[in-house]
Amino acid sequence: MNMMSESAVEKALDQKMSDASHKMIGKDVSVYYGEKRALFDVNLNVRENTVTALIGPSGCGKSTFLRCLNRMNDTIENCRVTGKITLDTDDIYDQNIDVVELRARVGMVFQKPNPFPKTIYENISYGPRIHGLSKSKADMDQIVEASLQRAGLWTEVKDRLHESGTGLSGGQQQRLCIARAIAVSPEVILMDEPCSALDPIATAKVEELIHELRANYTIVIVTHSMQQAARVSQRTAMFHLGQLVEENDTDKMFTNPDDQRTQDYIMGRFG
Amino acid sequence: MTDVVSPAAGIPKAKSVRRDIGIKRRYAAERRFRAYGIAALSFGIIFLMLLLWSVVSKGYTAFQQTMITMPVEFSQQIIDPQNERATNPQKLMTANYPVVARNALAKLLNVSVDDRVAARAIGQMLSDGVRVQLRDLVVANPAIIGTTQTVTLLASGDIDSAFKGQVDLTVSQENRKINDQQLGWMKQLSDSGALAKHFNGGIFVNGASSRPEAAGVGVALIGSFYMMLIVLALSLPIGVAASIYLEEFAPKNRFTDLIEVNINNLAAVPSIVYGLLGLAVFVNFMGLPRSASFVGGLVLTLMTLPTIIIATRAALKAVPPSIRAAALGLGASKMQTIFHHVLPLAMPGILTGTIIGLAHALGETAPLLLIGMVAFVANYPTTPLDPSTALPVQIYMWANEAERAFVERTSGAIIILLLFLILMNVGAILLRRRFERRW
Repeated sequence: MNMMSESAVEKALDQKMSDASHKMIGKDVSVYYGEKRALFDVNLNVRENTVTALIGPSGCGKSTFLRCLNRMNDTIENCRVTGKITLDTDDIYDQNIDVVELRARVGMVFQKPNPFPKTIYENISYGPRIHGLSKSKADMDQIVEASLQRAGLWTEVKDRLHESGTGLSGGQQQRLCIARAIAVSPEVILMDEPCSALDPIATAKVEELIHELRANYTIVIVTHSMQQAARVSQRTAMFHLGQLVEENDTDKMFTNPDDQRTQDYIMGRFG
Repeated sequence: MTDVVSPAAGIPKAKSVRRDIGIKRRYAAERRFRAYGIAALSFGIIFLMLLLWSVVSKGYTAFQQTMITMPVEFSQQIIDPQNERATNPQKLMTANYPVVARNALAKLLNVSVDDRVAARAIGQMLSDGVRVQLRDLVVANPAIIGTTQTVTLLASGDIDSAFKGQVDLTVSQENRKINDQQLGWMKQLSDSGALAKHFNGGIFVNGASSRPEAAGVGVALIGSFYMMLIVLALSLPIGVAASIYLEEFAPKNRFTDLIEVNINNLAAVPSIVYGLLGLAVFVNFMGLPRSASFVGGLVLTLMTLPTIIIATRAALKAVPPSIRAAALGLGASKMQTIFHHVLPLAMPGILTGTIIGLAHALGETAPLLLIGMVAFVANYPTTPLDPSTALPVQIYMWANEAERAFVERTSGAIIILLLFLILMNVGAILLRRRFERRW
């Protein structure tokens, strides 16, 4: 076993994390659905090569904030976002930033596995194809294989790449969706409760995958399960009633949070 | 009172008494509802059966035609007495072919053509269509003039009806179209095998004719085919484009609500109103030709559009939002999301709606009457701009005719129309099965 080298990698990553630059910076982010205000001046930074978990009771605005990060809220009518969110140095709500380009840089995995009703190969190759990322068939095969391998799905599906993606099990479908997101080489991957529709075994596999992906990507994950937040993330942000209550290192958050509300939520007193 | 009364003691007692929660009433309601459903269904099936039985029993004879097979002498004396066909090709076109046929039949019956009354009666047993039949033979091969050929010729519509047993023979012969002498000849010919029923291919290919035995739905089929092509070519792209815009791009405001209400209203507007519109706009204002299947196609397009738009919007709405989110999340543009993912998934619904709309248009009569497609057209239309009729209009016109032979033709044409409708609806089901994807 290469325990030593693995822990060395962990250490290197943690080292990298502690002085990590901020990949995305949210400043005074507020969201309105028509008259109703869903987020109140949230200031939250996402560190590079870090898994940031967003936790909080239902309706607290964590998914809303996540969807601001790749402007998926644009598709909702009457939704208005104020404040400023930057990716590296680009203001993503700036006029000059194209939403298509942004979403190619900030990928997303959804709550329910939603593969296209096409073959596994087409599911993966779709993103690279529309963005013109491959020059040849061989190139595309390479991307598909690499993406599936990173998502830990290659050995399971390599003999049936041309069968429908909807024929896979729920957990495999979700990993297929992650592979699909990886295929366009994003910088940030947003995950909106990626395991809520999965059984515990499939959940464990996806969590393991998130852990590995951290080396190459910045990940923001919304989760209802505090255990999951504790297992997969390095940073945790707690939302309540549209406000950011606390943002801290995950270890500190679950042992000695600064805010009483975080303490109460983690202890299960509400939510 | 030896038992200790504990608070729990009451529970088993409560369990043993069953509460009345209306189980019997609920099941009775369910049974009643099923009975209503089965009754309604049986009612519908009985009427459908009655309709089909009435149409088929009246109409199946239209696919058989009484014909007389006999040796015909193509006498030079009658066809071309002056022997001028080499210099005047018109001669062969205008020759007196019915007399040729009449003489042949008289010879077969051993009746002298010098008996003028008998000769006329014999002539009436043959269709006027023999003129065209024999002319076509002679024009195709003038060498047969002077020879005797065995030819199968159409019997007249009255003989056809009598031979099929559709003439009431209890009526005195002065009051029916076929007299006892002709009936005797018919019997004689039938016994010798010269007169028999053949498959009636003519009903599919012939154009309009005042003689029922020579009339067919050929022109109407071509007209209907042109119109279906035009409706498909225009209403599918326009309807789908309009639906995509309304469903995916248009902002939801009062104006689009108004459009939606109007589209739903247009689907319910009586078709004759579309006919008036077509007459006013396409024929009077734009000056397009009357009776043309092109104009008919345009009018039917207008009529079919709301149906297609409503079906397409429903199909687009039924595509799960998660698929759109997946594509948008990957960085697909709105256009790419719709054309790569939403439209393919909505395709079965769109195609089904389109075919049902087309089937509706195929059976539509009223607007076509107004733009002049209720016309006597004997020649095939070569382009959609030529005058033609349509299947349902042909049915309408035949239904107005008095001859017994047209009654069976009316039902025969209805059978043809129904077959096409069944074909299209089966096509719709097959397409839906073929393209349906589950997820």
